[in-house]
This record gives sequence, structure tokens and C-alpha cells, in this order.
Amino acid sequence: MGSISLKQVTKSFEQHEVIRPLDLEIEEGEFVVFVGPSGCGKSTLLRLIAGLEDVSSGQIMIDGVDATNLAPAKRGLAMVFQSYALYPHMSVRNNIAFPLKRAKLDKEVIAQKVNQIAEVLNLTDYLDRTPGQLSGGQRQRVAIGRAIVREPSAFLFDEPLSNLDASLRVNMRLEISQLHKDLKTTMIYVTHDQVEAMTMADKIVVLSAGQIEQVGSPLELYKNPKNKFVAGFIGSPKMNFIPMESSAEDNVDSIGVRPEHFTISTQEGSWKGTVGVSERLGSETYLHVDVENVGKLTVRAEGDCAFEYGDTIYLSAVAEQRHYFTADGTCIKRN
Amino acid sequence: MATNNSRALARAMLSPAVILLLIWMVVPLVMTIYFSFLDYNLFMPGEHDFIGLLNYEFFLTDPAFVDSFFNTIILVVGVLFITLVGGTGLAILLDQAIYGRNFVRIMVLAPFFVMPTVSALVWKNMFMNPVNGLFAYFATSLGFEPIDFLSQMPLTSIIIIVSWQWLPFASLILLTAIQSLDREQLEAAELDGAGKFSRFRFMVLPHLSRAMTAVVLIETIFLLSIFAEILVTTAGGPGNASTNISYLIYSQSLLEFDVGMGSAGGLVAVIIANIVAIFLMRMIGKNIEG
Repeated sequence: MGSISLKQVTKSFEQHEVIRPLDLEIEEGEFVVFVGPSGCGKSTLLRLIAGLEDVSSGQIMIDGVDATNLAPAKRGLAMVFQSYALYPHMSVRNNIAFPLKRAKLDKEVIAQKVNQIAEVLNLTDYLDRTPGQLSGGQRQRVAIGRAIVREPSAFLFDEPLSNLDASLRVNMRLEISQLHKDLKTTMIYVTHDQVEAMTMADKIVVLSAGQIEQVGSPLELYKNPKNKFVAGFIGSPKMNFIPMESSAEDNVDSIGVRPEHFTISTQEGSWKGTVGVSERLGSETYLHVDVENVGKLTVRAEGDCAFEYGDTIYLSAVAEQRHYFTADGTCIKRN
Repeated sequence: MATNNSRALARAMLSPAVILLLIWMVVPLVMTIYFSFLDYNLFMPGEHDFIGLLNYEFFLTDPAFVDSFFNTIILVVGVLFITLVGGTGLAILLDQAIYGRNFVRIMVLAPFFVMPTVSALVWKNMFMNPVNGLFAYFATSLGFEPIDFLSQMPLTSIIIIVSWQWLPFASLILLTAIQSLDREQLEAAELDGAGKFSRFRFMVLPHLSRAMTAVVLIETIFLLSIFAEILVTTAGGPGNASTNISYLIYSQSLLEFDVGMGSAGGLVAVIIANIVAIFLMRMIGKNIEG
């Protein structure tokens, strides 16, 4: 259970079209990440699937059944909100039990399920506290617990990690990934952080201005971006775009090279530049190189590379790792 | 900021204001206590003998005191009940996105700006009057006998008038509370399968409890001393049917010119108000902390 498909779904708020006609298939058990810059409509799309917003046109199918006009509770989905949306006046136990109580389950069954979930999420010691007495990571786990306990056909996550500090975020990322492997339930995850998308997803959906730019596995998007937007959005630090003279033959006007696909030389190369600021991370160093007529390029070098501020270096791009873009941003193959 | 020097200076600068306020409060209180022990009636000039607790004894054993005590409680509880229930309902209605919402909100608030004497007069003459009132008009046009509100159900009529005045206050406080409720919580509850009633019962009501506490506390303070509405409409009557404690004190000291008795009554009222305050704080205190 847990396949979702969107057919020509649109959403407009008054005159403003937030989601352009959009088709998407989500397979059973997949971990799908919606990623895009803020305002691209990714959260709206999630809310449409959850039923918290009505579609303007189009159809939403959940497990093969038309769910377009179904009430949120009837769709069998559970959602984890950015603010966690825990019920502040209820204990953790009652928070997790709330959906079960609404479903009018037997008291003993509820108690048993809540205890089981608490065990899985390491919340047993906190069951009688209220959300206000918990740390950010614990609240996050309660929110997840409240979602899991209903045994939904799919989980929806709306930027669940953005309120956590950096180290906790990495931990929760792993926990959610592990949870997906354990439960094997469909998960849809919304984020603006491409690192979260790359590390967690089976399938990434890149959105921009209310439409899908590209759908694919993390590596597929990294290796074969369809256009300049996806190429720039996926990968960290960002891909470098180097303008070049437009060729009449295939209309290519720029070439994209990721920071990790440069070779550096002190004698010769395609571009001559001056080393600017360098960021040393230990395992690697990112050099910001000023290249004449091109601008700033970010280049990855060895962790212990000896280049100093102001040094002159030559850069060349690894041949098979170049991406060619036409004037309208499409990525094309060139041999 | 907090050196000994600056603290001493701050105390010195504050003291005139504090001393003035203290005198302002202590002098009338001490005078009232003093008068309450005297046989002091303006009809009987001359000697004001010290009569001990006799004034208190007379005040507390007066059958009118028991009546007015219960009338006060019925008045306070009745108005609190109507304003809390009605205020919650109105707040939920006003929270809906309707056309001209801001205008409606101002209109709802309007009764709060009408002076108590004026609103009591309006209710007395234009609504509740058995000959000219609107209610009488509706009753007669439907073939019923008009009700003479102020003599047939005096306390109920006063409760209605006072509730009308305080409903906007309760609605406004509760409306702001409702607006501060996290929408994601309601959405989460909706996804969790909670219907409209469950969402109200488990999300909105607990969220409002703190604002309701504030409404109860503030209104109680004012409702214990309702006076103008009674003076203008029923003058405490018929008999003592609509006399509350503050009106009883007024009638003792200014209609019967018994200053000593009035002072004793005033002090009894202070003690009652404090008992109520202690009870309220006990009952509600943990609500405000949490």
C-alpha cells in the first residue's frame, strides 16, 4: 500500500498559479524528496496530497482510488509538520494516542501501541511529560511517533528538520532513513536543503516555480541534470558555469563544471586564474579562483594543497565531466 | 546599574510617589474602620458614641444582607456564564473569514463603550418597558401578555443588561486567543481524524483556558461592584429582589444616612471580595502558571 499518483494537478490562489499542471507517480515504498528553492510550491504540493488544500483541477489517486475530494483523515496519510504541531496541553502519551483515540480503538490496544512506539523511538522515559518539557529532537520524535502509530499508507514530512541545530539534523536524517528501511512505507519529504535530498531520497523531484524540473535518483540528477537549474541546485558547492562563445551548430553558450571535476596545474590549462579565498575542511580544500573574463570559479583541491592567496594557477575540466548548456538552459550531449 | 549607590538613589526618588499612594489608600481605609465602630447617623447630630461591633452585628443579621449576598453571587456567576459561553461562540464566529469582518468586529465591540447608566436606561425604556418596550411590542403582536421585566424578573433583567455590556470584552479577549492558536495544530488534528467537535474540545478549548481565566478574574472584580445598572433600573427592588452588596451599602449610608452602618458594610464587602479573590486564585492559579 502507498502508491500515489498526481494527474494534471494544478493549484491557484486567486489569480496566482502556484502549481502548474503537473504529473507525478510515486511508487509503493519509495522515499521521495520534493526539493526546490523557497516559494517553488513544494509545500503546497505536499498539502494538496495531504488534503489540507483543495486542488484547483486535476486528480490525486492514492492506492488506485480517486482521493481528490476525500477528507484528509480518510486518505490514510500521516504528516509531520515543520513546527511539529504537537498538542501542547497533552502529555507525550496522549499526543501519540490521539489519532488512535479518534479512531475509537480499544484502550488496551492503544496503551500497547503507544508503549511499543515509545520503545522504538526512545521516548519511554518521557511519556508523561508535556511537549514543552522536551528538547527539539525529542519533540521531533514525538511528532514522528504520532505519525507512525496510525500505520499510514504514506508519511508526509514538511521540512521536519529545519528547526533543529546542525549536528542534530544529521542524526535525525539518519534516523528517518533508518525508519524508512524498517517500515518500508512510502515517504514524501519536503526540503529546501539539497544535501537532505541527496542523502535520503530514492527519488528526487526538483521543483521550480510550480513545475517539475526533473525527477530521478540522486546520482542521476548529479550526473545527468536536464537543465541549468537542476545542475545548479544539486551538488554542493554549486556547479560552475563558464560562458563560452555560442557555436552555431548546437547553440551551446556555456559549459558547466563541478568543483570536483577540475584538474589544477601550475604550468598550463584551459583557464588561468588567481587563487582567492580558500576554505580548508581538512579532507579537502575549496579554492575560490578568480579567472579573467569568466569570473569566480569554485575548485576542489587536495586537503593539504599548498596554494596560497594570490598564487597563479591553471585549471582544466575533466573531459567526460563537462556539461554543455544551450542559451535556454537545456543540457545537451556533445562529443 | 545595581550598585548600592544607585539602589539607594532609586529608593529615594521613588519614595514620594510610594508614600503618596500609601496615604491615599491608608487614610480612607482607617477612617472607614473608625466610622464603623461609631453610632454615627446624620439624622442624629451631636454625640457619636463608640459602640464596638454593634454596626457589624446589625449589618450581618439584617435579612437584607443575606438576600443581597446571594443576589451578588447569582449576578456574578450568571454574567460570567453568559459572557464566557457567548463570548467563545462569538469569538469563533468572528474568526471566520467573512466579508466586512473588521466592521463587524467594531460593531461587536460597541456595547463596551456605552456608559453603564446609559445602557441601563436604554434597556429599561426601549426594550424592557411593558408598555413602550420592543419586547412588549413583540409579545403583544404575537398575542401574548407583555412581561414587566423589571418587576417580574428584576435580577434576571439586570443579568441580561450586564451580560450585554461585558460580552464584547469576553469576545475580544477570546478572539485574540483563538487567533494565536497554531493553525498547524488544527491541521495535524484534522489529519489525525478529529472532527470539528473534537478539534474544538481538544485543541481550541484547552488553548482558550488561559484567556478564559483572565476573563473570569477581570470580570469578577468589576461584577462584584455592579451599581449603576441597579440604581437606574430597579433601585434594588422590588423589595430586595435585585439588591446586591454594593447597592445595600449605598442604601444604608446614603438613603438611611447611617454612616456607621455603611462603613461596617463596606468593610464586610472588602472581606468578601478578598475571600472570593483567594478562592479564584487557588482555583485558577495553576492554570495561569501552566
